[in-house]
Amino acid sequence: MNSVIRAENLLKIYAGQRVVDGISLAIVRGECFGLLGPNGAGKTTTLRLLLGLIAPDSGHIELLNHAIPGNAREARLRVGVVPQMDNLDPDFTVAENLMVYGRYFGMTDASIEARLPELLEFANLTHKRDVKVPTLSGGMKRRLTLARALVNDPDVIFLDEPTTGLDPQARHLIWQRLRELTARGKTLVLTTHFMDEAERLCHRLAVMDNGRIISQGSPRELIADNIEPQVVEVFGEQAADWAKNHAANHTERFETSGESVFCYVRDAHPLLLELQQHPELRYVHRPANLEDVFLKLTGREMRE
Amino acid sequence: MSKNYFALPQLSLRFLPIWRRNYMVWKKMAGPSILGHLADPVIYMLGLGYGLGGMLPEISGMSYIAFLSAGTVCYSTMNSASFEALYSGFARMHEQRTWEAILNTPITLDDIVLSEIFWAASKSLLSGIAVLLVIWILGLAHSPLSLWIIPLSLLVGLCFASLGLIVTALAPGYEFFMYYFTLVITPMTLLCGVFFPVDQLPAMLQTISAMLPLTHAVDLARPLLNNAIPVNFMTDIAVLAGYALVGFYVSLVLFRKRLAQ
Repeated sequence: MNSVIRAENLLKIYAGQRVVDGISLAIVRGECFGLLGPNGAGKTTTLRLLLGLIAPDSGHIELLNHAIPGNAREARLRVGVVPQMDNLDPDFTVAENLMVYGRYFGMTDASIEARLPELLEFANLTHKRDVKVPTLSGGMKRRLTLARALVNDPDVIFLDEPTTGLDPQARHLIWQRLRELTARGKTLVLTTHFMDEAERLCHRLAVMDNGRIISQGSPRELIADNIEPQVVEVFGEQAADWAKNHAANHTERFETSGESVFCYVRDAHPLLLELQQHPELRYVHRPANLEDVFLKLTGREMRE
Repeated sequence: MSKNYFALPQLSLRFLPIWRRNYMVWKKMAGPSILGHLADPVIYMLGLGYGLGGMLPEISGMSYIAFLSAGTVCYSTMNSASFEALYSGFARMHEQRTWEAILNTPITLDDIVLSEIFWAASKSLLSGIAVLLVIWILGLAHSPLSLWIIPLSLLVGLCFASLGLIVTALAPGYEFFMYYFTLVITPMTLLCGVFFPVDQLPAMLQTISAMLPLTHAVDLARPLLNNAIPVNFMTDIAVLAGYALVGFYVSLVLFRKRLAQ
């Protein structure tokens, strides 16, 4: 198999806690692979391990045929990174940020200069070329960070929550760009806790919780493997009472969360007939999605 | 990054693009920076040199302002490197996350720490040249030996940059740096012969003084500005270089630990 990243049994312990606990991954060329999980699931630590920024307590990593972290430097020549937190150079313009970053890869000024128009175009920042970073909007900064990650024309791009904090327009533009990258054969590894992002972008996903991968596959496989295909959400003050008395008879499984009841079914027909008997209840019938899978696998309670 | 915090540093020229980055940032604010490097020593030398010096007889066979000029070179270069390694270094490491961005490229932490040391030493070099110009203009030194102040400024810079980075590696925030300046830098200024000869101090303090790097910087600078070859120049250079090397290694180990979190 043409795998770009292979990780076996990664373990990372911080202060006695197994932040990454036995993770194995194989990511192939040209795919967009997503690490999905609640805050603190170990997604960012996994990325840092794969990049060789930290050393695992045990386990084995290969990135672009280089052993990690031993030969991380060589591997990173062919890798781009979009970090979770903005770390652009605030003293520099858009173009200067790209120039300075390219030099870290040992590129000559002429070769970076030659790539600038294409990178600026890709980031929709051609008109902002000589503008200083602090005056850019959040979406522009993200796009610049993405362009910066591409300065060395990498084979693999790591993105840690690439659209967190962006408005919908900015987010859609980033998604479009990421799809263009996979269309060009780049391999993407991203972390996210946005289900729509994972569903739209990722060919394959690993759902993480408590440092482990609890399910892995394409978005469709994850839904098919983990959950009933139909969901009916029932709302209203009487929803909880209705659920207590009737839901079990018409569903494979149901969960009550506040004034909403989530009913999971293979065939929604009998349930919908039942609900029509209860005009006091409102409901929505929809196919199961990744968020249902995610909540089933990682639970509904808050993670803080 | 190393699995082993204590591995010896791996030196390469990869630190040069980072040095260049810092130079690009500095260039944008070069005016105020150069003014600071010039104004500070001028104010000290004129104020103390003529003000205080007018009341004093010759010290060690020279006018007080000439005596003070050697101290000022060392004190200014020490301060330049220290401020850069502490405040600006901390901003790059912590606040602006510049290091984090660089570590995602084929540059290692060893390269980054080396770049910080050479960059801070470059600021010392600039500061040393600025003070030397003032000394020449005031007619306080005439001999070509005074040109040795230029490489000395770089060495003093390397020494205090490395020591300063140890503090940066340990610092939780900017407030922490007050400890270093109040408990280390200021006493060092008073113990090392910047403002008055070390032999004015009680014997015990003289012993401490002999171990401090700034004393050895002053021991080199003062004769060089007075047209003489420093008596123990090998020892003085060795002490300054020794502090630089130990500081580099210790700070690197501390940064490796800090960034592994």
